[in-house]
Amino acid sequence: MKKTGAEIMWECVVREGVEVVFGYPGGANMPIYDAMLSYPIHHVLVRHEQGGAHMADGYARASGRVGVAMATSGPGATNLITGIATAMMDSVPVVFITGQVAAHLIGGDAFQEVDVTGITLPITKHNYLITRADEIAEVVREAFYIARSGRPGPVLIDICKNAQVEQCEFVYPEEVKLAGYKPVAHAQKDLLDHAVKLIEKAQRPIILCGHGVLASKAEEILMNFAVKTQTPVASTLLGLGAFPASHDLSLGMMGMHGEVHTNMAIQNSDLILAFGMRFDDRVTGTLKTYAPRAKKIHIEIDPSEVHKNVAVDVPLVGDLKTILTDLVPMVDEYDHDEWLKEISDWKAEADTRDIMNWPDDGKLYVPHLISDIWKATGGGAIMTTDVGQHQMWTAQYYALDKPNRWLTSGGAGTMGFGLPSAIGAWFAHKDQEIWAIAGDGGFQMTAAELTTAVQEQANVKVAIMNNSFLGMVRQWQEFFFEKRYSAVNMLSPDFVKLAEAHGVPARRVTKREEVDEAIAWARSITGPTVIEFRVEQEDAVYPMVPAGAALDHMLQRPAKA
Amino acid sequence: MLYTFIALVENKPGVLNRVASLFRRRNFNIESLAVGRTEKPEISRMTVVVDCPNGDYDAHKIEANLYKLVNVIDVQDVTHQPSVTRDLALIKVMVGPEKRAEVNSLAEIFRARIVDVAADSVIVEITGTEDKIEGMIELLRPTGIVEMVRTGQVSMTRGVNDGVRRVQQGAVGNRYENEYEDMAEMAP
Ligand SMILES: Cc1ncc(C[n+]2csc(CCOP(=O)(O)OP(=O)(O)O)c2C)c(N)n1
Ligand SMILES: [Mg+2]
Repeated sequence: MKKTGAEIMWECVVREGVEVVFGYPGGANMPIYDAMLSYPIHHVLVRHEQGGAHMADGYARASGRVGVAMATSGPGATNLITGIATAMMDSVPVVFITGQVAAHLIGGDAFQEVDVTGITLPITKHNYLITRADEIAEVVREAFYIARSGRPGPVLIDICKNAQVEQCEFVYPEEVKLAGYKPVAHAQKDLLDHAVKLIEKAQRPIILCGHGVLASKAEEILMNFAVKTQTPVASTLLGLGAFPASHDLSLGMMGMHGEVHTNMAIQNSDLILAFGMRFDDRVTGTLKTYAPRAKKIHIEIDPSEVHKNVAVDVPLVGDLKTILTDLVPMVDEYDHDEWLKEISDWKAEADTRDIMNWPDDGKLYVPHLISDIWKATGGGAIMTTDVGQHQMWTAQYYALDKPNRWLTSGGAGTMGFGLPSAIGAWFAHKDQEIWAIAGDGGFQMTAAELTTAVQEQANVKVAIMNNSFLGMVRQWQEFFFEKRYSAVNMLSPDFVKLAEAHGVPARRVTKREEVDEAIAWARSITGPTVIEFRVEQEDAVYPMVPAGAALDHMLQRPAKA
Repeated sequence: MLYTFIALVENKPGVLNRVASLFRRRNFNIESLAVGRTEKPEISRMTVVVDCPNGDYDAHKIEANLYKLVNVIDVQDVTHQPSVTRDLALIKVMVGPEKRAEVNSLAEIFRARIVDVAADSVIVEITGTEDKIEGMIELLRPTGIVEMVRTGQVSMTRGVNDGVRRVQQGAVGNRYENEYEDMAEMAP
């Protein structure tokens, strides 16, 4: 049967199981918007395309499915860029669909023509420019497949306006045929044998659990491996939740703001088992002294990540879940009691400096607030964040036992991610509690999406940690620039009035004793709410590995006077 | 040192741009890049010569990154493989009739050909390895080269031998030692 290009696009998108898309219309995608009315798609009209990109990203992270965001040509498409780069850095499967001027106008600087495939080439896993209707079916099919398979990532489809309106025969391609793209699943047998030998010899092994564990849905087999070999598990920022924080073998977060005992364990280990992580500079500290005595086994789907930052002894390239499933029966049971004892001694010492173990002095500290939200929500909420101090504190104090509930921009570190990603997550799990922990700076970058939340009645709880500073930058200026504060003093609007103007119930909390009541109030309302917490202005995130320092040279929280 | 890679890629619009963009993005230094069709119309073949200061470590990185491109089908490193390597140059030399014989005999030694003769210039066509072409250029330089164009190197391994594939079916070569760049200095 003949259909228009726009109809064919929706036919294919619906067949991918898509029910919700986040977008913004304009001249170059009007036929797509017109055709959309005939399909079972819920469209979320965002307030800025960046917000739409983060919503699709948040939806994808929370659901494990492919998110979809749309924009028109030119400025619509360029507004997506930060969101595309964010998804790329964190390997999140999102399909972006942009309108483009008619094919015969391309290259002529037509109204709202921007070279979108050119601009997005380095920040997408793959992209397409479609000039004819008969290309659409195959490309949409490929795009979804590429986005979710292998190392997931964003794929952009730029569709010329003429291709949206032209008619052609619609045949759904049952198969995806890609000559060069074939993600591998299993690792080579001889390398697996080699890995088994290293595991057998290890006295002080440690697992570094990354985002790949979640992407590969390998949580269960990771648990089997860790328990069978009695290997403690440290997590990257994005790997949090893949291994239950309350488990005896869990060491929590590693890296720049990781736990002391966790970083100590890495530095003193004799075998690193890196699972779906990429030795990012935020988790290694200086490479010159990184885990100097450890052999390294790296299970990773992307061959270009192997040996990239750290040379490894056994690279196992393939799907993490598949490889661990092959590996678990090959390894024996071990116990590493001495090693675990050593780590727990480090932890006991570090705990004495933890602010949570200090007497309450009545001031508002973010760690306390995160812990209060954790208690109120039973540790089971979906948590999203902006970027900065509040992000690190949330990572440290919202201990997660379940996967896919931790949505934060790690690789790109994109401020303003919190609110829109929470809205996206709500569409994935309308029955779950969702909290967006925002910075006063970050919140102002995408605050316009409050109206989107109202329009959709998205049940998201925003907690703004207002320290009147671009806190993380302030902290660096305090530590490394002799406290010469430059451009970090942040004037904010009245957040309560701002929220109320958007139609969102809001409260301000300035005292310790108001906290629990405010959290309960927010939880009692169905629909978006905002709480502004006026927190300590010049608190700092500890521990901290200064940039360029060794991983075990941490600045610890000053002992309580 | 210079490494030579042969990459088979899908013959689609924009693929050359993707490869070139990848080399720029990852900071690899292309010495030469030649693209053309193969016996299969849907496949193009690239010969890429790249400077790899860290040797095999860089070579691995290049291969692995090329595979990140969806349109790349196969990558081989033929640097250390017996192979036939050719570059073609057209060199225009200023010579009047009186010195033409000299250029002619030089061309004969290099098995080059004079493919165009004008009143006071000739065009020499030479095919061969980099070294051979460089040698000829050196000797022609004093006579006066006014224009030159080269195709860039193309390579093919001899017999049934393939090049090295470091990244293939999940195998990722050996441990490559390298002085790792410290990126930890970067800002918040
Ligand atoms: C879009 C963007 N711009 C700049 C930065 C650099 N940056 C990192 S953290 C930070 C401060 C964030 O301040 P705020 O949102 O108030 O959070 P806080 O650190 O105070 O908790 C800045 C400016 C960034 N990560 N993202
Ligand atoms: Mg702040």
